[in-house]
Amino acid sequence: MDLSYSPEEQAFQEEVRSFLAAELPAEITQKVRAHTELTKDDMERWHAILNGKGWLAGPWPKAFGGQGWGPVEQHIFEEECCRAHAPRIVPFGLKMLAPVLMKFGSEAQQAEYLPRILDGRDWWCQGYSEPGAGSDLASLKTRAVRDGEDYVVNGQKTWTTLGQHANRIFCLVRTSTEGKPQEGISFLLVDLDTPGIEMRPIRLIEGGYEVNEVFFTDVRVPAENLVGEENMGWTVAKYLLLHERTNIAGVGFSIEALDQVKTLARQMIRGGKPLIQNPLFAAKLAEIEIDLEAMKLTNLRMLANAQKHGSPGPETSMLKIKGTVIRQAINDLARRALGPAAAPFPSEALEGNAALVPDEHAHHAASYFNNRKISIYGGSNEIQKNILAKGMFS
Amino acid sequence: MDFEPTEDRRMLAETLRRYLAEQYEIEHRTTVAYDAPWYDPEKWDELAELGVLYALAPEDHGGFGGSGFDIATVFEELGRALCPEPILPQLLAVRLLMAAGQELEPLLSGASRFAVGIGETDAPYALEEITAEAIEENGTWQISGRKSVVYGAGAADTLLIAARHSKGLGLFSVAAEDAEITPYGMIDGGCAGEVFLDQAPGILLFDEADAALQDALDWGALALSAEAVGAMDAAAEMLLDYLKTRQQFGRPIGTFQALQHRAVELKVEIEQARSITIHAAASMGTPDQSRACSMAKNLIGRAAKLVAEETIQMQGGIAMTWEYPASHYAKRLIMIDHQLGDTEFHLERVMVALA
Repeated sequence: MDLSYSPEEQAFQEEVRSFLAAELPAEITQKVRAHTELTKDDMERWHAILNGKGWLAGPWPKAFGGQGWGPVEQHIFEEECCRAHAPRIVPFGLKMLAPVLMKFGSEAQQAEYLPRILDGRDWWCQGYSEPGAGSDLASLKTRAVRDGEDYVVNGQKTWTTLGQHANRIFCLVRTSTEGKPQEGISFLLVDLDTPGIEMRPIRLIEGGYEVNEVFFTDVRVPAENLVGEENMGWTVAKYLLLHERTNIAGVGFSIEALDQVKTLARQMIRGGKPLIQNPLFAAKLAEIEIDLEAMKLTNLRMLANAQKHGSPGPETSMLKIKGTVIRQAINDLARRALGPAAAPFPSEALEGNAALVPDEHAHHAASYFNNRKISIYGGSNEIQKNILAKGMFS
Repeated sequence: MDFEPTEDRRMLAETLRRYLAEQYEIEHRTTVAYDAPWYDPEKWDELAELGVLYALAPEDHGGFGGSGFDIATVFEELGRALCPEPILPQLLAVRLLMAAGQELEPLLSGASRFAVGIGETDAPYALEEITAEAIEENGTWQISGRKSVVYGAGAADTLLIAARHSKGLGLFSVAAEDAEITPYGMIDGGCAGEVFLDQAPGILLFDEADAALQDALDWGALALSAEAVGAMDAAAEMLLDYLKTRQQFGRPIGTFQALQHRAVELKVEIEQARSITIHAAASMGTPDQSRACSMAKNLIGRAAKLVAEETIQMQGGIAMTWEYPASHYAKRLIMIDHQLGDTEFHLERVMVALA
């Protein structure tokens, strides 16, 4: 057993670190640290910087313009990005649709869309969930009916993250009501400028806007925008969800967030002493540190396994469950550390001498509430447990 | 043994519940609670007319309530409706002014609004750590310092300020206009403010205020506990309704045993929370008051977090939205633990009492 990175991997880690140190704009890291909302420009700027280095799509095969990174290199890159407070790469085009197109798309679709994802001409969003189809995704009802050279789409999608910035959406649509629900689903690419599409923002618990509802009324989509075969969309969807689950443990986020809690707990005073010296608080902090230490290894063990066997398996469900629980526990501790100072509404910019805590700690209560989503989205933790149970009991 | 509320309190609860259900619907609440002044002055007047504030004080001080159970009754209903009116600071002021032998009428009629400044940035909960200073010069007092996250500060005309003087911890009345106040809305709705005092003229109410302040904080902890019980009841009802009606996989999700068990756990914890709040209410005015209130606030902190997190998780994405009331209940339930001592603070107080 050898827990360390190989010399090549270590060299890569060094290269990533020095690249981030040199190229990551300070204005952006400042926002990431303070959890200030990033603008579309911020995200596109960072994508362009990464693309210049050829690292925007590191895991893509070289034939498609990537670096062919394996799971370990991907992990190193993502962890270093988290530690450097880089924005996360917007995943919908680069990490979700692109692998799908490479596996199921026609050559024409690959040639058309992959370069546009890389250079930022297209911003994709996801049309999976519906108001009546959340955990039970296969029950989705948005209809696509073939009419000549087009499909005509009617229905509603929801929880479309960052749809407000997007110009295209990939959708799961129902093309047949015969047989099992999974058997009548197709995967369709839709231009958001097509008449009949309306996107409405959904305000979230802490007051921010990051997800949307998308309404389709008689939207005509060229049949050539079908990915894979008609009624085979469920296979495509499952493949995409598997990719959505890499880096699902969010270990990098947790490491960073835990460091932030420690800094905060050294600043906050309780009982005349730094909070970090309070045994009740310190005990909670230490427990999470232990859980996270184990999580790092669980994550690496599964990465090594994926590296060996090709693609990640159902055990990524374990990473999703434990990874999100740990991240949420850290968010919980961060807001607790603030005490009454957690109270102000996030947009209440208490500045100057009215500030309660340094800027980079003002978001902790909002982040705690917002991050309740991570155990719900991408297949709720309950669904992940079903997946694991199915493997264990069948 | 009889756990039924008295006729008077049952009527108080019903009146208040009906008023809030009809006049303070959740949509109205969400509109006013997140926009300056973060409460509804019209509804404040109506609540005062209903006698809600008179229920905070006993008859011999001009009220018609004032017992632990009166306070629990009022705040449980406020919690059920998620009412953002600054009634908690008014309760603290009632206790402090009662102890100081002051006239309560302007406060009970709602004509005068109080905020109580105890906590500071480096002394959020504990009285021993207060650093604000009071200096006497030629028979008049001047108060200096900062009071942080003062509930209702933006709405108040009078501030009661805990400050240190040469002989101990005193309590002073300061006109709001003599302080510099930065008011703001809170993440769970309602108003608070940062209060800056720079040689502000104050009237001395107590030169040794420790006991009166602790008493007021105990009553505040009781009120917040009862508020949480009301909010937990409402949040759990909403959850149950959702589990029974939301269809996935061809049936209501409430038919899944995994979710049923979790809903049952919430039910058990909410009943525990109700019981510890009854215990605290019954202990008011007895030597066990402080300990009982800390026990309640600790258990409430744990139960409310469980209810907040589980109601969101089990209802899923919809409970993450601003539009759906479950999110606002969850925020209030979590943020109650940030007021007047959190779970750990009150656990430590119970631990000290063990030794």
